[in-house]
Amino acid sequence: MDQEVINSYIPLFKDAFLLTVKIGWLGIALAFLLGIVCAFILYFKIPVAKTVVRCYVELFRNTPLLVQLFFIYYGLPAVGISISAEVCGVVGLGLLGGSYMTESIRSGLEAIPVIQTESALSLGMTNGQLFKNVILPQAFTISVPGIVANVIFLLKETSVFSAISLMDLMFTAKDLIGLYYNTMESLFLLVIFYVIMLLPVSLAGTFIEKKVRFKMFGD
Amino acid sequence: MEPVLKIEHLNKKFDDFTVLEDINLSIAKGEVVVIVGSSGCGKSTLLRCINGLEDINDGRVLLDGETVNPGSRNLTKSREKIGMVFQSYDLFPHKTILENAILAPMKVQKRSRKEAVEEAMQLLDRVGLASRKDSYPRQLSGGQKQRVAIVRALMMNPEVLLFDEVTAALDPEMVREVLDVILDLAKQKRTMLIVTHEMSFAKAIADRILFLDGGRIIEDSDPKEFFTSPKTERAERFLRTFEYEK
Repeated sequence: MDQEVINSYIPLFKDAFLLTVKIGWLGIALAFLLGIVCAFILYFKIPVAKTVVRCYVELFRNTPLLVQLFFIYYGLPAVGISISAEVCGVVGLGLLGGSYMTESIRSGLEAIPVIQTESALSLGMTNGQLFKNVILPQAFTISVPGIVANVIFLLKETSVFSAISLMDLMFTAKDLIGLYYNTMESLFLLVIFYVIMLLPVSLAGTFIEKKVRFKMFGD
Repeated sequence: MEPVLKIEHLNKKFDDFTVLEDINLSIAKGEVVVIVGSSGCGKSTLLRCINGLEDINDGRVLLDGETVNPGSRNLTKSREKIGMVFQSYDLFPHKTILENAILAPMKVQKRSRKEAVEEAMQLLDRVGLASRKDSYPRQLSGGQKQRVAIVRALMMNPEVLLFDEVTAALDPEMVREVLDVILDLAKQKRTMLIVTHEMSFAKAIADRILFLDGGRIIEDSDPKEFFTSPKTERAERFLRTFEYEK
């Protein structure tokens, strides 16, 4: 490997890294919000909305992100809505992630035994107090590992953004290889930057899991 | 004397199956009523109907003359006055022992934290668990959890306490520590309705024994009378299952 080539590539990879991180985390934030709303709809069995959510979840969990991005990026302009590649990336990742987050959060909510509800009600709590003080904190604790796994998965999924010409890490690496044939250096930097992006998330995830799970499950 | 709790013509069905049939009952202040009967006779369902955890098909449950029925507007208000302890340890696992005791008083009764903590510590001390106030439920034994569950119910200062087979899931040695707490409550003249399979405990604590069979109260008698000379052949057969002879 040529040290000089690597040095000259680093700024390009740095820009790509920042773009990837930005779109990745905006997408994840959208996914999380969407997941909470949809999981609540499923948990409270809100008529009609419940069916819509189920269709959405199944549709987005069972199609690849690449296909979803193509639909948004090339499909929307066909019906007169044009959005930038960046917005497309955020929305695409958010919709895919939302379907996964919905299932993680819903399973946490449904894992709480009925007796918890009954004992809270028998203490005179209203449904609102029950949900806020008893169900939600426990459900969150149970959901955390799933949510962390989703975050890592979604950050890695950003690698298909290159298909809609977003200059993310993958795009940059492929571009440089095509231009200069420095395959080794480009791939080396690609791996390094992905690790830099994901390792802290993974470590933070483990830390949070330990922290929130202590109360209910111990060490 | 006006009864604290009154049940009139209560009927309860699960689909076509009649669980409770024409239950009539009134419980005076300070009275300890023990309900016995074989599994599936409707004992637990009766308790659950009393605080509105189950819909009823017919009849009324009255607490201090006010109706407690699912759907009625004052249901949460009535539930405050009816404490319930369940068979499975139902503490909130994400809260410490102390937090378990003060959650409802603070959220439901809007009492100050300071005052709630003070009362909780007194009650925890009384059941011998003051030193465990910062533990989480998973760190306690079954018997300790049940004692905390009793404290949690007492914190609401209920007029009636319902115990639904609270020792059924406990080791024999832990049964004792929980039943001692309940005996202590009887001495304080608490009004209680207790479902149990512990016959010697029932004999010791009850002012009145109700024997349920097939969803009906078929005996309502003095404990001494019930255990020595039950009126019905069904109750006699039931009591015999607790005796062993070689």
